[in-house]
Amino acid sequence: MSIPYTKKVLEHFMHPHNVGKMENADAVATEGSPACGDMVRLYLKVDKKSKEIEDVKFESYGCASNIATGSIITDLAKGKTIEDAKKLNWKSAADALGGLPPVKVHCAVLAVDALRTAIENYEHQNGLLKEKIPTTKDIVIKRLSRVINPLAGLDVVKTKLVQEVELVDGEVSVYVELPPDHQFAGNIKNEIIERIEPLWDVKAVHVILRGE
Amino acid sequence: MVQKRIYMDNAAATRTDPEVVKAMKPYFTDTYAVASSQFSHTPGIMAKEGLDRAREIIAGKLGALSEEIIFTSGGTESNNLAVKGVALAHRGKKNHLICSRIEHNSVMQSCQWLEKEGYKLTLLDVDSEGFVDPDQLKKSITSDTFLISVQHANQEVGTIQPIAEIGRICREHEILFHTDASLSFTHMDLDANEVQADLITLSAHKIHGPKGVGALYIRKGTKIQKLQHGGYNEFDLRAGTENVAGIVGFGKAVELGNSEEPVIRELQKKLLNGLEKQIEDTKLNGPEDLSRRLPGNVNVSFNLVEGESVVLHLDMKGISVITGSACFSRSLEPSYVMMSMGFSHERAHGSIRFTLSRFNTADEIGFTVEACREVVDTLRKISPLSKKEM
Repeated sequence: MSIPYTKKVLEHFMHPHNVGKMENADAVATEGSPACGDMVRLYLKVDKKSKEIEDVKFESYGCASNIATGSIITDLAKGKTIEDAKKLNWKSAADALGGLPPVKVHCAVLAVDALRTAIENYEHQNGLLKEKIPTTKDIVIKRLSRVINPLAGLDVVKTKLVQEVELVDGEVSVYVELPPDHQFAGNIKNEIIERIEPLWDVKAVHVILRGE
Repeated sequence: MVQKRIYMDNAAATRTDPEVVKAMKPYFTDTYAVASSQFSHTPGIMAKEGLDRAREIIAGKLGALSEEIIFTSGGTESNNLAVKGVALAHRGKKNHLICSRIEHNSVMQSCQWLEKEGYKLTLLDVDSEGFVDPDQLKKSITSDTFLISVQHANQEVGTIQPIAEIGRICREHEILFHTDASLSFTHMDLDANEVQADLITLSAHKIHGPKGVGALYIRKGTKIQKLQHGGYNEFDLRAGTENVAGIVGFGKAVELGNSEEPVIRELQKKLLNGLEKQIEDTKLNGPEDLSRRLPGNVNVSFNLVEGESVVLHLDMKGISVITGSACFSRSLEPSYVMMSMGFSHERAHGSIRFTLSRFNTADEIGFTVEACREVVDTLRKISPLSKKEM
């Protein structure tokens, strides 16, 4: 067959494991954007005592390698402690799938990123950080640079959609250069909140749209 | 497991008609001499006769003279010869050319190459259905303009351009008019004089002929320079041994291509109606008015799902279609045609192109609609996006 995917990739693509939404997840992370053609949302349920990943689910808007990586990475993460799951990387997923075409790295890496971010969010929210680094403007901006501006297909920082970030007493204000009635305004607002809210010392996130 | 393949990628390549194969065969095994040997021996004369006959058929179909048809290796070469050949013939006199933003890459990249070589290029915008605006075209014309190239029908969304109107504008301004009719030739009526075109690109493998053969119609008296040197073939406009068997097959394909339009139009309507009815949130890309669309072209985006996944799932079910998604290309850029039409990235990433031919059947359409419904349903279930978010 001429399709440049391994049998394993196609198996996971056709019949992905661990798909769907999770109610009462302990942590959630979204990576990518429909504007880039690939997006993954990953949900975690973690045992409070053992810190083992009890359950993990994902949803995907994306191509075959995106779906297959989501399937395999959730298989690999399930049952592992969050410390061990953190060691999973793109290569672990690609190896388990019997290889991925180089051009598809971009799509495949999202599921791995989503797992890492979800674990990081869990640590922030459950007092598990080894080193409690206070949130700074730079940390906020770094996290925001993973939010994609759907108008440009590039991130909201680089495209200057985020104009200003303020940080006062654990409250983060993000100024976004979009009118409130813009079709993507609600979407971007949610994504920004989802990115910043999990930080351990952030009490509230305010997204201020143009004219507000 | 997989039943007979359902092939709906006819804008890429079509099934070579068995009659075409039959017509070509003797030119491999019996009449294999080169046509330019016509002055030396009988086999050469026979090859030349095959060549001339095909030329007559194609010229006849276009309302052109035989000597206005130049055989090439395909649409890409024809487009290169038309654009660059005309540009070189005008070098030092006129410097400006115009093409639409949704031309096939072989026109687009030829124009862009000329731009690098010092020519001035204007790209014509298209509207949300892919149409160029003849008024904008008029405004883009300068005293320096020597060529306007606007395709007859678009490869992705099937938009049929108002080429008769464009031809008239070009004639009024004494500018050469090239139209790439690779996809529309024989599928629709096209008369070189009616549309006042000076150059028309034709391709064999889009119309059930073989690959590796095409033609360029060049109106008598058109200033053009040859690009490929090494012989006096094709009225001294294209050096190289003619692909006689392929050309004979091309001629046969043109003969067979008559009167198929109503059949394909019927299938096109059935497919679009089926998809729109069976699958919620299906958006048609390209002209709503099917009479302004290439027969057999249906291009849709299924909201909330990505194109490559749809295409691969359909392939597993034995259906061959393509997508404008970036994930399908090597560049990771979504289709430039859809981006030029002002679509969101999402819509381009989700676009699926079905292109039908006379070999498709009503049963196949029914099966395909049902398969799409199942696939889109499966993928929407695992999508993190909800209608609200798009």
